[in-house]
Amino acid sequence: MNKTIFTLFFIALISAVSCSDSDSVANSTQIFTTFKFTHNWDGTPVTNNDFNTLQYTNENGDLLSIEKLRYVVSDIMFTTSSNENLVFDVYNLVDVTNATNLSFTPQILIPKGSYNVSFTFGFDNADNSENYLDLNSESFNVPDNLGGGYHYMQFDGKFLNADDAEQGFNYHAIRAVDNPGMNPTFPQDTFITVNLGVITITDAPEIEVKMNIAAWFKDPNTWALNELNQMLMPNSSAQIQMFENGQNVFSLGEVTP
Amino acid sequence: MGYEPTPKSLDIPQVFLENIIAPIIPSDNPQTAEGIALGKKLFFDQILSANGTQACASCHSPQNAFTDNTPTSVGIDGVSGNRNSMPLFNLAWNYNERFNWDGSALSLERQAEEPVENPIELHSNWEAVVDRLQNHPDYPELFQLAFKTNTITKELTTKAIAQFERTLISANSKFDNYSLGQATLTTQELNGLDVFLREDKGDCFHCHGNPNNPLWTDNDFHNNGLDATFTDLGLGAVTGDPNDNGKFRSPSLRNLAFTAPFMHDGRFATIDDVISHYSEGLQNSSTIDPLMKQIDQGGVQLSDQDKSDLKVFLLALSDPSFINNPDFQN
Repeated sequence: MNKTIFTLFFIALISAVSCSDSDSVANSTQIFTTFKFTHNWDGTPVTNNDFNTLQYTNENGDLLSIEKLRYVVSDIMFTTSSNENLVFDVYNLVDVTNATNLSFTPQILIPKGSYNVSFTFGFDNADNSENYLDLNSESFNVPDNLGGGYHYMQFDGKFLNADDAEQGFNYHAIRAVDNPGMNPTFPQDTFITVNLGVITITDAPEIEVKMNIAAWFKDPNTWALNELNQMLMPNSSAQIQMFENGQNVFSLGEVTP
Repeated sequence: MGYEPTPKSLDIPQVFLENIIAPIIPSDNPQTAEGIALGKKLFFDQILSANGTQACASCHSPQNAFTDNTPTSVGIDGVSGNRNSMPLFNLAWNYNERFNWDGSALSLERQAEEPVENPIELHSNWEAVVDRLQNHPDYPELFQLAFKTNTITKELTTKAIAQFERTLISANSKFDNYSLGQATLTTQELNGLDVFLREDKGDCFHCHGNPNNPLWTDNDFHNNGLDATFTDLGLGAVTGDPNDNGKFRSPSLRNLAFTAPFMHDGRFATIDDVISHYSEGLQNSSTIDPLMKQIDQGGVQLSDQDKSDLKVFLLALSDPSFINNPDFQN
């Protein structure tokens, strides 16, 4: 699937870079950057080998398992100290369940230097209205009557409910929507701009992006799975809480070399 | 320059071109006119069975969208298997390339191997089949045309069958034409679509596609709450992972008008039975998919009107031109 994504956006990306300060770009040694996505539960590494077992306790005290986790990141932006933006109109479906696309190298060269690096969790509204054949093929769509576009994240699992029985949850992040049906409305944006901070890029770096899965369930909203577990896509209040909690989910890990 | 088989690309439907990525054609088995023709002949030929009484088409009949109308198919010895015959269409768009209900076949070519030797299906063996084909008055020449050799092998035989199967494309339902702006849906069909797509109603779309994924399946494996305990482990028996127990491949919802009975064991005779299962009949188990909802109540509790509308919509995914396509008949 990466090949499709890269092919689809290659021309657009070259254009995006070309629109920036071409002199400084042309005169510098240019390199590729790789983003490596890792996942943890409050610091304990999580891979798909850890799925399907009730072993994580969220802030609310709910014991839960992870069965499926995949999400989209898009629009990677490198900002120079002089506020020059290199915006890469790319996206990557990180699929933790199948351990695919955990490493993502946009086929774009950038000059060595120091940049503030950011990306979008999910899609901004313009990108969310595009038609991505590869994501359609992955059944990552959001139906039109739920606002259309794509999931930002599908995070499924089970938790022990108030009756001490296992129950499914579907923490699916999308563009918040009201009035599902023929004419949905959108109360506020719920894609997330993730700022990784300043990174000095010297030699084909690998930038680790860490997702703390536990953070989806706390600060500022302590998430009670007994109350919010399924059918959250048409629940704009839940989507906004996901957006708010999502501000604290991602962080910069190791940058190598 | 010597003889070369005639390349024959798949006719990709417009609704697929506009929505999903290209089909998978193995680099070592390109589609050719001669390969497809040979595969079709083999698919309908009872020579593949031990006693010459059954062919692939015996359980994969064109008029049933290439399944049959029995819960579990009966093989040459009159013995019934434990799985419902899967419909065959749009197979080149199974991007996971895991075939069969349990994902046990990792390519279409490999899938074609197993039924020939299965003791409750064609109950033959490949050595005997190849010998019969090799001594047939027509097949050596047909293999020569398809593969530039008249030395017949199991691998070439399954390659030809897979080539034919990849041509079984269904994308001309009423809903396809609606998607292309060439048809209108009734109010009831539109209501049914709404039920299908609403997470707080049917929530069918997470596993069975949507208008932007017109395969109407995710081709993935789920435990959809059929049983509290498993007599058939499904994917779990293939992977050995107990977390996969009770999981089976989501079938496409195309052509339901022709493919009853339903589920991996054909337990449901009608579409109404299937809808009622998701509405009130779910059985809990350790591996039930988290997407299954309100399990303690048996399911999503659709109203009678929602059920009726959903059924009407589902039937709009059926494609009569597919089952009547002369290219797919014996």
